[in-house]
Amino acid sequence: MKVFANLARLVRTTAFKLLAAYLLVFAVFAVSVIAYTAWHTRQLIQVQVADDLEREIRFLSDQYRIGGIQRLVYVIDRRTRRPGSSIYMLANFQGEVIATNVSDLPLGLLDQPGTRFTTYNRPEESGSKSHVAFVEVDILPGGYRLLVGRDIEERDTLRALVTRPAQWAVLLIVGLGVAGGVFVTRRVLKRIDAMTATSETIMAGDLSGRLALAGTGDEFDRLAHSLNAMLERIETLMQGLKDVSDNIAHDLKTPLTRLRNRAEEALRTADGEAQWRRALEDTIEESDGLIRTFDALLMIARAEAGQARASMSDVDLAAIAENVSELYEPLADEKGLDLEVAAAPVVVHGVRELLAQALSNLVDNAIKYAAPQEGERRRIAVSLERDGSEAVLRVADQGPGIPTSEHGRVVERFVRLEASRTRPGSGLGLSLVAAVAHLHGGSLAFSDNDPGLVATLRLPAKPA
Amino acid sequence: MIANLDLGSSNPMRLLLVEDDRDAAEYLRKAFKEAGHVADLAGDGEEGLALALDGKYDVMIVDRMLPQRDGLSLVSELRGRGHTTPVLILSALGQVDDRVQGLRAGGDDYLPKPYAFTELLARVEALSRRGAPQAAETVYKVADLELDRLSHSVTRGGKEIVLQPREFRLLEYLMRHAGQVVTRTMLLENVWDYHFDPQTNVIDVHVSRLRSKIDKGFEVPLIHTVRGAGYMVRAGVK
Repeated sequence: MKVFANLARLVRTTAFKLLAAYLLVFAVFAVSVIAYTAWHTRQLIQVQVADDLEREIRFLSDQYRIGGIQRLVYVIDRRTRRPGSSIYMLANFQGEVIATNVSDLPLGLLDQPGTRFTTYNRPEESGSKSHVAFVEVDILPGGYRLLVGRDIEERDTLRALVTRPAQWAVLLIVGLGVAGGVFVTRRVLKRIDAMTATSETIMAGDLSGRLALAGTGDEFDRLAHSLNAMLERIETLMQGLKDVSDNIAHDLKTPLTRLRNRAEEALRTADGEAQWRRALEDTIEESDGLIRTFDALLMIARAEAGQARASMSDVDLAAIAENVSELYEPLADEKGLDLEVAAAPVVVHGVRELLAQALSNLVDNAIKYAAPQEGERRRIAVSLERDGSEAVLRVADQGPGIPTSEHGRVVERFVRLEASRTRPGSGLGLSLVAAVAHLHGGSLAFSDNDPGLVATLRLPAKPA
Repeated sequence: MIANLDLGSSNPMRLLLVEDDRDAAEYLRKAFKEAGHVADLAGDGEEGLALALDGKYDVMIVDRMLPQRDGLSLVSELRGRGHTTPVLILSALGQVDDRVQGLRAGGDDYLPKPYAFTELLARVEALSRRGAPQAAETVYKVADLELDRLSHSVTRGGKEIVLQPREFRLLEYLMRHAGQVVTRTMLLENVWDYHFDPQTNVIDVHVSRLRSKIDKGFEVPLIHTVRGAGYMVRAGVK
């Protein structure tokens, strides 16, 4: 049963069907060629036989003219003794046979001049086995009927000689074709089965599984390659999702616990309206912080999932750089920072709102962490320039900077370097910037400003 | 710091609130009543549509996800029938494209949940056409402060005040909603056209700069801070 099932599966494959169709076309073609050859051979022999008969009749007629009936009989008699000869029959006008080497010719055959097929028996053979011959009848002067014929079994043998091997060849090719088809299909099936099996284990939850490559660079390898790329992406997304839930567990539960503790404490100890009010105000403030964190998380997740791609359009990045700088300039000024902007005209394909938020997060960070001591002044430089096919947006401050070893880590979700734990913020600002950069096909990197930090956002720019 | 709900509006509004969460709806109805407004409630999209077609409302507040008929479909149906009542859409979906969808369907404003009631109230009052100067007016006046939208000039007590373009737009928006509370996010949205949360109070600094130009040296301040809500331009303390 299993063999049948396997065979049925084999037959259902595309490769096998293609092969079968190809074989069928080939077989029809080959059979036609053979049939044509056979027919043509037969025709050729026929013509040759007819010519031979014609020549022989003419020769015999000449003999009759030269030497009369005796000479004709003599010649026929001599000819019939040759092995593998033609068949002869000579009769007078009454139909009495004068000379022959055959028996049992159909009645009336001798009365019709011309060529035709007929059956005959050989006198040396007993029994009823009749043979087929192609004969020509001529009526000689004096009413003699002369029949000369050739056995055509020879011709059929010859035809068989030509066609039989060809038939075998076709049969062999079809047979080999089917065998080859089964072989090829099974090889193909084996790879597809392997891919299917791998995908099934992946679907069952092992997202780290990858399809094996044969290394031949064929279409299966290409397919496996792009499927692997897809799996990579899915795994990243799933990992991201897991990180988000882990982080939600940690960074949302902590403030929630704080919220709950405060409410409990207020219930237990608050006395008088002022204290109640104070507790409630704290509660609202804490929940606003929670909402902000939650929004940032959602936004990052959405940006990373690429959902915002549909709402992308051509965005004037220089206008954003100037607007956002203008938005933050008074705040920076108040904190002792000179916010300067130098923006070259660059257009990118993106989401205006997200790009503006990304830049505002960078500027906000710079203001938060690079503010000088009372009485001093520092600079924050926002710059936008085109570097080949990229828009390079930089926010450079003169603050304490970040240790080089931490440059990569700061974009991870919720990472806030120990030194800054006490300042406000969800800790998601840079993660969001990184997610926005990723969404736009760009990158976020940090470097030293000596002193200070340079945040560099690179985005693919539209051609100038 | 937090909501001082006594924002007392001199222009009571009739509101239609289409929200399927009964608790939230009741809370809002009460809060609006305290602010001097009357709100009718509808629990699903079809009921909301019927009420909206029947009654005369100053502003409708429509939740985006509703049973029977969702909020966006309700709004576009109303707009299709020629109703121009201002609509504020409330939604748990707060991303850029969600907002765009909401406004495209015919909403006039979009507020993601959760929100502060003061924010909702300020936005609803801003949407209401009662007592607000017509958009066509070219000169806004509050006490001795005058803003000419055509010549882009501002004078107070006849004295010219020079403003940066952004400060001008800030004052213009505040004056168009004179007597109404304008929140920080409303300013960020309408003056800067950004809808994200800037984390830090960038707006406050802009307003205080503006205030130093408008109110400094005058006895009566015109730009007021409404605690826990935002800002308001008005002639004097009532």
